[in-house]
Amino acid sequence: MPLLTQQIPDESDYSLVASLDNVRNLSTILKAIHFREHATCFATKNGIKVTVENAKCVQANAFIQAGIFQEFTVQEESVTFRINLTVLLDCLSIFGSSPVPGTLTALRMCYQGYGYPLMLFLEEGGVVTVCKINTQEPEETLDFDFCSTNVINKIILQSEGLREAFSELDMTSEVLQITMSPDKPYFRLSTFGNAGSSHLDYPKDSDLMESFHCNQTQVNRYKISLLKPSTKALVLSCKVSIRTDNRGFLSLQYMIRNEDGQICFVEYYCCPDEEVPESES
Amino acid sequence: MKFRAKIVDGACLNHFTRVSNMIAKLAKTCTLRISPDKLNFILSDKVANGGVSMWCELEQENFFSEFQMEGVSAQNNEIYLELTSENLSRALKTAQNARSLKIKLTNKHFPCLTVSIELLSLSSSNRIVTHDIPVKVIPRKLWKDLQEPTVPEADVSIYLPALKTMKSVVEKMKNISNHLVNCKILNLQIIEANLNGELNLKIETELVCITTHFKDLGNPPLASENTSQDGNSEQMAEVQIDIRKLLQFLAGQQVNPTKATCNIVSNKIVHFDLLHEDASLQYFIPALS
Repeated sequence: MPLLTQQIPDESDYSLVASLDNVRNLSTILKAIHFREHATCFATKNGIKVTVENAKCVQANAFIQAGIFQEFTVQEESVTFRINLTVLLDCLSIFGSSPVPGTLTALRMCYQGYGYPLMLFLEEGGVVTVCKINTQEPEETLDFDFCSTNVINKIILQSEGLREAFSELDMTSEVLQITMSPDKPYFRLSTFGNAGSSHLDYPKDSDLMESFHCNQTQVNRYKISLLKPSTKALVLSCKVSIRTDNRGFLSLQYMIRNEDGQICFVEYYCCPDEEVPESES
Repeated sequence: MKFRAKIVDGACLNHFTRVSNMIAKLAKTCTLRISPDKLNFILSDKVANGGVSMWCELEQENFFSEFQMEGVSAQNNEIYLELTSENLSRALKTAQNARSLKIKLTNKHFPCLTVSIELLSLSSSNRIVTHDIPVKVIPRKLWKDLQEPTVPEADVSIYLPALKTMKSVVEKMKNISNHLVNCKILNLQIIEANLNGELNLKIETELVCITTHFKDLGNPPLASENTSQDGNSEQMAEVQIDIRKLLQFLAGQQVNPTKATCNIVSNKIVHFDLLHEDASLQYFIPALS
């Protein structure tokens, strides 16, 4: 393929090279955090982390471990760049968004370093697409300083338990209030919309509840508009871990199983909306 | 002027419906040319609208069990009608599983193409659905603008890849070029091919360059004999076209044709030639200058 070889510099010139037999193992995970146009990518020898943020209040991270890729090499300690996620996703699905049984799109992704474009080589059934996406100056991402030692309450749910609740959230409510408590109501989602308030309680011994570790009653409110995009990850996931720390920060970790049965994680952090007056809880 | 025709065979009826659906996707209004042995659906867009032209041809006897027509005069035994393509395809929607279909040129206060569909019913009485599609009879002096386009001598002629793959690629490329609001040239796409069986589709914007390479497509024998002797077979002939026009053409193709060829005249025009079992379609997209 003379066309391709012309454009590929020597392999060792690249600070990042990754190949994948099934591009959907990457694109599906990236779709789960696609609620803003731009994303920042960090690659280390462990894999790639892609971060999307909104309003300095919510951050979503997708982790694609090195093991998901058939080939994964990072020359430097870490490689960072910012990219238009919408364009990246369109390029990854150039051969069609819905899978055709029996056909896989293979991907080879190369990045030469600061200032260079991200190169994608996609192949399906002998047809090759080369994409050259210009990268941008990486922006500093937020550090939510969410430390597991400060976690007060933690619940692991099967995602199907939360899926319906999230897809039917009363979007006229400005906030979603999450109550986590060692006592009744254990785990409660509340909205306060135009048509009234609604509360959804999950009993502690429900089949959907995989684990329940709540040490202290916490009632926190989060902007519903910031949490709604996490539904994309929820839909794909099989389990979700919901944690809050001593400051009321929320961490949602979604466990996503890809088409090859491998596990990937998508994580959402969100800061609380406001202090809830004691009397209301 | 007279025209009446009848389809009784179910397969013919399906094919005719399929052709009319394709036309509706390709052209908002089109010209229907009726001659003793052929039907043509013609589009010849003004240059201001992109200058796309289309020539679809059906052999009358492949579709119709009865076909009678009388043109404007004995020398000019043809009828040219302008109609909204969607009206015809919508009328034919009712014709699924119909027993027969009749098309007739009528005058009901204004000229109409009357489509009567005889539907099967469980009881002995038959139901007939009639659609009157308003048409404009095109006068003789305008016919010269609606003649079969001459196919320019191509620099490269190549067989097309699976239209479905091509459509998906072009669709994504169009999405990407639409994202870029700041981009100076919108909707520009390069299509290039050589006599080595390679076809490339390209878009280039400020943010991203995408090229899809199709190879081993094969070149129709005649074209390669004519041109390849003096030139290098890997030399690309390219045309820059409006990506929306290409997508519209690809989106209109529901069935894979038996033969699909693309002819490129460098920097001038790209000509698609699709051969179906009983219909042929030629589609011309001029280069953007």
